[in-house]
Amino acid sequence: MIYFDNSATTMADPAVVDTYDKVSAAVWGNPSSLHNFGEQAFNLLEQSRKQIADLLGVNLSEILFTSGGTEGDNWVVKGTAIAKRQFGNHLITTAVEHPAVHNSMEQLKQLGFEVTYLPVDDEGRISANDLRNAIRPTTILVSTMAVNNEIGAIQPLDDIAAVMRDFPKVHWHIDAVQGIGKGLHDHLFNDRVDFMTFSGHKFHAPRGIGFIYKRQGRTLAPLLTGGGQERNLRSGTENVPAIAAMAKALRLILTDEKAKVEKQQAIRMAIYNHIKEFPKVTIFSRDDPVFAPHILCFAISGVRGETIVHAFEDHGIYMSTTSACSSKKGVESSTLKAMNVDTGIANSAVRVSLDEHNTLAEAEKFNQVFDELYQEFDKLD
Amino acid sequence: MDYSEIMVRYGELSTKGKNKKTFIRQLGDNVARALHQFPDVEVKARFDRLHVSLNGTDSAPVIDRLKQVFGIENFSPVMKVEKNIEAIKAEAVSLVQDRFQPGDTFKADTRRQDKDFPLDTYKVNDEVGGAILANVAGSSVKMKQPTITVRIDIRMDGAYLSVDNIPGAGGLPVGTGGHGVMMLSGGIDSPVASYYGLRRGVKLDMVHFFSPPYTSQQALAKAKQLTSVLAKYSGGINFIQVPFTHIQEEIKERVPEGYLMTIQRRMMLRLTAAIAEQRDALGIFNGEALGQVASQTLESMAAINDVTTLPILRPLVSLDKTEIIKVAENIGTYDLSILPYEDCCTIFTPPAPKTRPRIDKSRKYEALIDVDGLMAEAMANVTVTHIKPDENFLNQDEDIFAELL
Repeated sequence: MIYFDNSATTMADPAVVDTYDKVSAAVWGNPSSLHNFGEQAFNLLEQSRKQIADLLGVNLSEILFTSGGTEGDNWVVKGTAIAKRQFGNHLITTAVEHPAVHNSMEQLKQLGFEVTYLPVDDEGRISANDLRNAIRPTTILVSTMAVNNEIGAIQPLDDIAAVMRDFPKVHWHIDAVQGIGKGLHDHLFNDRVDFMTFSGHKFHAPRGIGFIYKRQGRTLAPLLTGGGQERNLRSGTENVPAIAAMAKALRLILTDEKAKVEKQQAIRMAIYNHIKEFPKVTIFSRDDPVFAPHILCFAISGVRGETIVHAFEDHGIYMSTTSACSSKKGVESSTLKAMNVDTGIANSAVRVSLDEHNTLAEAEKFNQVFDELYQEFDKLD
Repeated sequence: MDYSEIMVRYGELSTKGKNKKTFIRQLGDNVARALHQFPDVEVKARFDRLHVSLNGTDSAPVIDRLKQVFGIENFSPVMKVEKNIEAIKAEAVSLVQDRFQPGDTFKADTRRQDKDFPLDTYKVNDEVGGAILANVAGSSVKMKQPTITVRIDIRMDGAYLSVDNIPGAGGLPVGTGGHGVMMLSGGIDSPVASYYGLRRGVKLDMVHFFSPPYTSQQALAKAKQLTSVLAKYSGGINFIQVPFTHIQEEIKERVPEGYLMTIQRRMMLRLTAAIAEQRDALGIFNGEALGQVASQTLESMAAINDVTTLPILRPLVSLDKTEIIKVAENIGTYDLSILPYEDCCTIFTPPAPKTRPRIDKSRKYEALIDVDGLMAEAMANVTVTHIKPDENFLNQDEDIFAELL
């Protein structure tokens, strides 16, 4: 099997699963219990938090655990709307966000909030100028993704930070789910960002665990209220085995990050350079550092994305029609639509997404299969 | 940036006249101790400044450590370059370029120890200023309060350039202000009071009362952990634990309820004073803030203070709780202080303690217990632990967990 669908989910690292199992078996006390068995779980929870904070170079209190990317996005968007309602009712985001942000914004619209969706250019990126012009006195939040999950475009984070520096009271959220371990640390952890969302299973941790970064002193209303866990901001008994496993997964993904990024980039370019020669191929991801090293989105005109995915599957190669979340619903790619890509070609789009375990040999195999399938598809005409 | 050294400027101690030598030597020792984990770093305490040579050590963690050493006014990471004007100009341009934001203004400020250097200070300022103006787009010169000051020190062994001026912790070097004991409970206030005591140069020993089984091992571990955090500011602290169970039980049994708290505090203070005398300490510090709770009214303080003639220093006396919390957060003790373990101040608290106890009544009720016998018993069972920065008392499994993570 060649697994090229790492933006959908990654394989849980065996060493990480091992930590999960050991903690589940041995440290299963409730971190809130007063006795020393609970204390032990509390200590492991906090040691995991410290490891994550240290790896990312932030304060301990700035890391809050969630159930994953969807919760993180929902929390920051809606939690900000609740906490900052008295300061304004306007939120800004981009036209290419993940549904977790997009649909949270839509829900807020129904409650009377105003939302501006910033348009993107033909590379899927917003312009900092548009952002500056969209900010109003009533704006409370700007939410931008780091790396687009469908085509891999990296938003101009440095330029956005420069704009946001002029509006210190407006909170800025980066959905960094696709951005971890991809060599973007200095752009993500800039001096201006207030919130960031991360998801464990995108970097070899188990499902159902994630965290947000919340800059010290920023207010955010809880969505899950209850027993007061996570500094009274996110109630619910902490998932200590998954949290410990995620701390380990983060350490592993960030070890030799540069070499891993270069490897993925080389694999991506091997495929890119091969398929770009075919007349019916349109590549939406560019050969440019403003695109993430691990995502390649392309279309073969006249063939539905679904058909391409299944044809590759028959050769043991797994990929997605753009995002995994929307692929089963048969809806067209929202990112490509926002880029004004013609619906016909958008319906033919598929996404290859890599991780550090993929190899150049797999890219070669992919290219061979591609040649074969392209000829077959050509006959369909 | 690969800085070659960090130049440390002294604070108040430059005004201390004849004592200055002692202060500088102590600060040199304290800095060396704070940086002991970096084997290649060299510390040289000179009369005018202290120099930390990095010898290839990454500057960021060294800077973090230096920020916690009392007696430092400010410090600057410094680049050493060859002593020729072209090298100086190039480095100055790169330093300014690195941090330039639109609207910034700068000046060059040269000092010349090496009087044989071909250019005088005016000429160096002129050349460097010109180079920056020419190479950093949008930069302009401002002599008074520029946003960036490029300092150039031309010494015998090279030219030293710096632009950042990082504020230090201020205060006086720990050890220059004598020796005191601190009553450390584990709450929010006493660690902050300890911080302020250390900041004025006093070497503090921590006195902690514990009452098993009414207080847990975790409460003791928490007090030790707090001491370990505070040890970052002083290099290492003696932690003195005093068993208090029997005394509390006796007081509870014999003393009228309204005076339970006052008599307990008197016994604590008496024990602390005895420990201070034993250890040649000259004063007692505590975390009291006037009017905060029943034991901290002026009347209470008078009734409790009655048992000793040693000076009692209360660094927090007129601070509000919110101000104390802010400091606790900044010095890294708050999160520990709020861990929910009972300490011996909170158990046996009467529902309505006297907020205005009288000295004569306190003395009378105290006679109901065997003060000397209880004192002797507690003093015989005191244990002393030396606590270093970064020791871990709360998480016994840290190493096992580290394997898992």
